[in-house]
Formats: sequence, structure tokens, C-alpha cells
Amino acid sequence: MIRLEDISFAYPGSPKILDGLDFELHQGDRIGLLGHNGSGKTTMFHIIMGLLKPDSGKIEIFGKPAVSEKDFTLVRQRIGLLFQDADDQLFCPTVLEDVAFGPLNLGKSEEEAVEIARKTLDRLGLSGFENRITCKLSGGEKRLAALATVLAMEPSVLLLDEPSAGLDRNTKEKLVAVLSELDLSYILISHESDFLSDIATTIYAMEDGKILTDKELHLHRHIHAHPLGTHPHSHKP
Amino acid sequence: MIREAFSEENSVLCRLDPGVRIVMASAYSCAAAVLKQFSALSAALVIAVILLAISGQNIRVVAKRLIAVNSLIALFWVLLPLTYPGDALFYLWSLPISRAGVILSAQMTLKSNAILLVFIAMIAPIPFNTLGYALERLRVPRKLVYLLLMTYRYIFVIEEEYHKLIRAAKIRGFSPKTNLHTYRTVAWLVGMLFVRASKRAGRVYQAMICRGFKGRFYSLQRFEISRIDRFSALLMGIAIVALTMLEWGVRWS
Ligand SMILES: Nc1ncnc2c1ncn2[C@@H]1O[C@H](COP(=O)(O)OP(=O)(O)OP(=O)(O)O)[C@@H](O)[C@H]1O
Ligand SMILES: [Mg+2]
Repeated sequence: MIRLEDISFAYPGSPKILDGLDFELHQGDRIGLLGHNGSGKTTMFHIIMGLLKPDSGKIEIFGKPAVSEKDFTLVRQRIGLLFQDADDQLFCPTVLEDVAFGPLNLGKSEEEAVEIARKTLDRLGLSGFENRITCKLSGGEKRLAALATVLAMEPSVLLLDEPSAGLDRNTKEKLVAVLSELDLSYILISHESDFLSDIATTIYAMEDGKILTDKELHLHRHIHAHPLGTHPHSHKP
Repeated sequence: MIREAFSEENSVLCRLDPGVRIVMASAYSCAAAVLKQFSALSAALVIAVILLAISGQNIRVVAKRLIAVNSLIALFWVLLPLTYPGDALFYLWSLPISRAGVILSAQMTLKSNAILLVFIAMIAPIPFNTLGYALERLRVPRKLVYLLLMTYRYIFVIEEEYHKLIRAAKIRGFSPKTNLHTYRTVAWLVGMLFVRASKRAGRVYQAMICRGFKGRFYSLQRFEISRIDRFSALLMGIAIVALTMLEWGVRWS
């Protein structure tokens, strides 16, 4: 569904962040993405959504090359991006309006949009939050509300940028439940390898501007703590 | 913390349509602003007090606002009588106190308090987002309305960022003094705040286009003008006409 080929990218005036990156996402894939802070994970998501233009390389989404702004307008209707900072994503006055914003932009009628918004909120356990003012939610509530705004667009692919950050264990479990019952392909960035191994079927790591696939990386759950326990690492046979 | 002191909906006034309330309050303010006769001005103040009583706002909060505004007006009471040209009302240690200056100050005091009270009674309790959409329905340009709504949405975020920066400075032992180091640090903090705000604006815009933003927001709030709305608007109209009649009538007799 998503193919990135030999993508390179650098922010103006800084060294290359992505350097010859190749990546593929197929229908039904649930990919977890690990990587150090600043390794370019968020940047890659923004490139997929067309928010940043790569310096070189090819992007192919749903079988079609995505180049112009118009291509990406269509892409954005089918790929949902959850931003790293939920405050960026909630900009309408009330939660219901925020969740209904996407469907309304997709040309749904008001009744349909409200219906979708309510259902989505219900599914995330946010019923009763409809008329809350978005800036007065707690951090975790904001995150769930932001996820609701993305899910309400009924995308076929989700890009989740650290959805688990700042959530307590209960909320995290709810998130895991919601994500695993969704019939969606997704890529998920997280620094918590336990959370990743719960809901991702494949785990990739980002390093030196490239994505290392399974062969080079093997992730396992650590019951006891050891110095590398929180970092992905490979074990030589 | 930035707080909305008046955002409680509990009185009869709060059941009126917000758009109607805005129109009523604005019409009243325009009328009150042009009044000159003290009889009319006092009547206007009485109307304002009645509206405030109906609105049931917390008197202490209202008093705080009034004190803030009136301390500014007090400045005029010092300046105008001393500087305004015209006959002297009396002499204060051989300084002439201008009659016209005193009258003008008194008019100003009555007017501003009346208008302030009406706004506290009618407009201040409207939740901010409702206010935005009510303005949009009154044909205020969309861009202005969205500017207002977005400002409201992000002022809290920016405030939080401000506190974060201050805290970051404090935990490293920063305490403001009058020296160059302090000025420089404060300048950095302010600059940082601007940088963060503009980065934030960029990211919010990205989030908006990711969700198919086409230049429009959609309000899900329904407004309907009911019989009480029409009736109150009528009452306000009568009150305004009465005020103007008082103003002109006194002059003719
Ligand atoms: N707007 C920008 N301008 C310049 N450099 C940037 C900008 N945004 C990010 N960078 C730099 O690009 C690099 C990659 O950033 P990115 O946000 O993609 O990292 P990340 O993998 O998502 O990290 P994290 O795990 O901390 O979220 C970082 O070194 C960062 O400093
Ligand atoms: Mg990131």
C-alpha cells in the first residue's frame, strides 16, 4: 500500500536525516517502528503524508506515484496520521466538533458526521466528552481524542506517532484493544518495546537514515532488567 | 492560569440566543455612548444594574472588574478637571477646577460603568466558542472569527509553554534582578516563546490539512430564535428609545 524507494531528506541547513530509505507496507501489516530520538521517524511519517517533500526518491501510495499536492490530498483522505503532540491535532473548540471536522471535510452531511463522531468516541471510551472544551482535557484524554479525530476519517492506513506516550496502563490497554480489533494496516512509532510487541506483528528499527528490517533485528520481551532491556538489540546465534 | 470568571450559564439571560444577546448589548452600548444628559445617563446605569441583577453574576467578581476599570477612569478625574478649558467650578489651592472637565469625567464614568455592566451581564457568560459562532452568524468575517477561536484555543497552550520556560529557568537558579543577565534571559524566553508559537502554528496547519481542511470550520451548534428572544429584544429596543427620548426631551424643554 505504501512504498518508499531510496528516499533522502535533509532539513535546510542540517545533515541528511533520511538517507536512501526503503520501506514497504502491505495490506494488513502492523509494523512497529523503533529508533533513537532524532533518528527521523516523525520525519518519515511527514514525508508519507506529503507534509515534507523528499530531496530525492520515489513515493508510491495505493499503487500510484504520489508527487503533487493533489496526489497527497487524496492520500490524506485514506491515511490517518496521529501527531506526536496531541495539542497540534485538536484545534476545534469542542471535542465533538473536532472529531466531526474530518468527516465534514470529506463531504459528509452534518448528521452523518455527528453520528460517526459519536461512534468513534464511544469506541475509545470517550462518550460523555462530546461537549468538553478541547484545551481543558488532560494529556491522556487529549491523546485519545486526537486518535478519535483520526479514526473518524475512516482511513485504511494509520500512522501513529508515539500513541502510548503519557498514557497510564489502563488507557494503554484500551488502546491496544482498540488497535488490535481494528481491521487496519498501521505503522506505529513507540519507544516502549513491550507495547510494540503487543500490537505489532513486525518490528523495524530506524538507524542512520535507513530502516533495518527483521533480519537484522530481533525483538523479544524482557522480564528482568538488564542494561539493554529497553533498547532494541540483536542477539547473535 | 488564565480563567474565565463569568463562564457560568445559570440565569434567564443565559437562555437567550447568544446572537440576540450580542446585538442587544451592542445596540445598548452605542446608545449609551452618545448620551450626554445626566438624567438619561443615570437611567442607562439603572438599566445596566437591573440586567446585572437578573444575570445573577457573582458580585465579588463583578466588583473586581469594576475596580480595575474605574481605577483607569480615576486617572481622568485627576487630569480632565485640571486641564480642560472653560469656567472654573472652584479653586483648589488657586488651581482652577474646570466645570466642563468635571462634567465630562462624570459622563464618562457613568457611561463606561453602564456599558461594562451590560457586557458582564450579557456577553461575558457566553462560552468562547459559542461567542465565535454567534459572531459568524451575525456576518462577522469568517477569518476574524477563526482568528478569535484559534487564539482562544492556543492561548492556553502558549501559556503552558511560558510556564515551562519559566520553570526551566528557575530550576537552574535564575532569579530576576536588574542586570544585563536578567534582561538577556528574559529576551531569550520571550523569543523562545515566539519561536515555539510559530512552530506550533505550522504543525497545527499540517494537522488541519491532514484532515482535509478546505478553509472552513463547521459549527455543530444550533441557534434558534425563540419567543423569549424576540420579547427581550423588543424590551431592549423600548429601553433604548426611552433613553434617547430622555436625552432629547430634556434638551428641548
Ligand atoms: N523543523 C525542523 N527543522 C530542522 N530540523 C528538524 C526539524 N524537525 C526535526 N528536525 C531534526 O531532524 C531530526 C529528526 O527528527 P524527527 O522528529 O524525525 O525524529 P524522531 O525520530 O521522530 O525523534 P523522536 O523519537 O524524538 O520523536 C532531529 O535531529 C531533529 O533535530
Ligand atoms: Mg518523533
